[in-house]
Amino acid sequence: MLTIDARGLSCPQPVMLCKKKIDAGEEEFTILVDDPCAEGNIKRVGKNNNYSLEFIDKGNDEKEIILKKEVVNNV
Amino acid sequence: MFKSFSVKLLLAGAVIGFFIAFLMKLGNPVNMGVCAVCFLRDTSGALKIHTVGALSYFRPEIIGFILGSFFAALIFKEFKSKAGSAPALRFFISFFVAVGALVFLGCPFRMMARIAAGDPTALFGLLGLIAGVYTGVIFLQKGFSLGRSYNINNFSKWIAPGMATMFFIFLIVKPEFIPAYPASGYAPLWISLLAGLIMGFIGLRTRVCTVGGFRDIFIMKDLHLFSGIIGILFFAFVFNLIFGQFNFGDSPGVHSDNLWNFLGLYVVGFGSCLIGGCPFRQMILAGSGNSDSTVSVLGMIVGGGLSHNFMMVSASNATISAKYGVVFAIALFFAIAIFSVKKIKY
Repeated sequence: MLTIDARGLSCPQPVMLCKKKIDAGEEEFTILVDDPCAEGNIKRVGKNNNYSLEFIDKGNDEKEIILKKEVVNNV
Repeated sequence: MFKSFSVKLLLAGAVIGFFIAFLMKLGNPVNMGVCAVCFLRDTSGALKIHTVGALSYFRPEIIGFILGSFFAALIFKEFKSKAGSAPALRFFISFFVAVGALVFLGCPFRMMARIAAGDPTALFGLLGLIAGVYTGVIFLQKGFSLGRSYNINNFSKWIAPGMATMFFIFLIVKPEFIPAYPASGYAPLWISLLAGLIMGFIGLRTRVCTVGGFRDIFIMKDLHLFSGIIGILFFAFVFNLIFGQFNFGDSPGVHSDNLWNFLGLYVVGFGSCLIGGCPFRQMILAGSGNSDSTVSVLGMIVGGGLSHNFMMVSASNATISAKYGVVFAIALFFAIAIFSVKKIKY
């Protein structure tokens, strides 16, 4: 699975990396962050674009966020 | 089309807007109330980096911003040593952000305070800020980055809170080597300090950022941080009305050299995009242990001081050296931005 390393990047670069992948139609990818601000931004942009998010604590303040495109049911 | 309007950020902005009007009512400078850069400049005077007596004061709000963020970071386990992203560039970008802000006469907080008090010249600052942020966003989208910072797990997280504590001790003890000048205008010390602490605490918890508010609209049509800007503007206006401080068309204490009002905040918007947040946000990050932002705060303290020494502060109109300073800042920022593009591959 595609993994993006956004650790240590200043705001708003982590969320921009995430947004680029969403805009490119990437259905499933992982993003590594070490900043609570970046984490909140990614959570928001993911939810706004119908992605499910899973957060895995990697220790030393690092988190792996797995984003998966949710199938939108239009029925 | 636009997403994520946030009531939480709106309320955070409301608190800041209230303090802008309230502290003005209690004695802080008129048409200002709260200003991150002006107050760092006053701190700079208290440290004798410049020698304008009336503008020398360890502003309790500054101490409060940093320590309020520090306490919030401690409580919510965000107090971490981070460092390593181009500190010297950050120092000089911040230095010139302070120069730009003092040509306009105010950081984005004061720009909103001025609009909310009825000062029409501040609208040129608002337009300049937006244009500056837009320029920064162009470079961010091309892959601009000053490089990564790292969790370094050492003592450096204590530098900014330690420095703020030292300022507080100087403020209270009044040692004789510190100039005993009164500031241009000031609210009671303990109220200013408490207001600063509350704003600092809220600043860390909500990540409110005046530059980020516009930036996120350009980047992803996201209104989250912009909600804070609406809160500050609207509630500063409402409380100015309540306190009888709204005077439409009045511009006390500032100039109407509007090209330079525009360009002054253009520098602030552009530079703040390059360092990842507005002057207030830099103090919040510094308080939470970020050494890169601590360097930014130091850059603004030195920049604020030297703005006075080099007569770049524009009281009645933009001075010659102010114009040179602003033009140089814009050229420097373009050079830094151009040479720092493509560090990040999208």
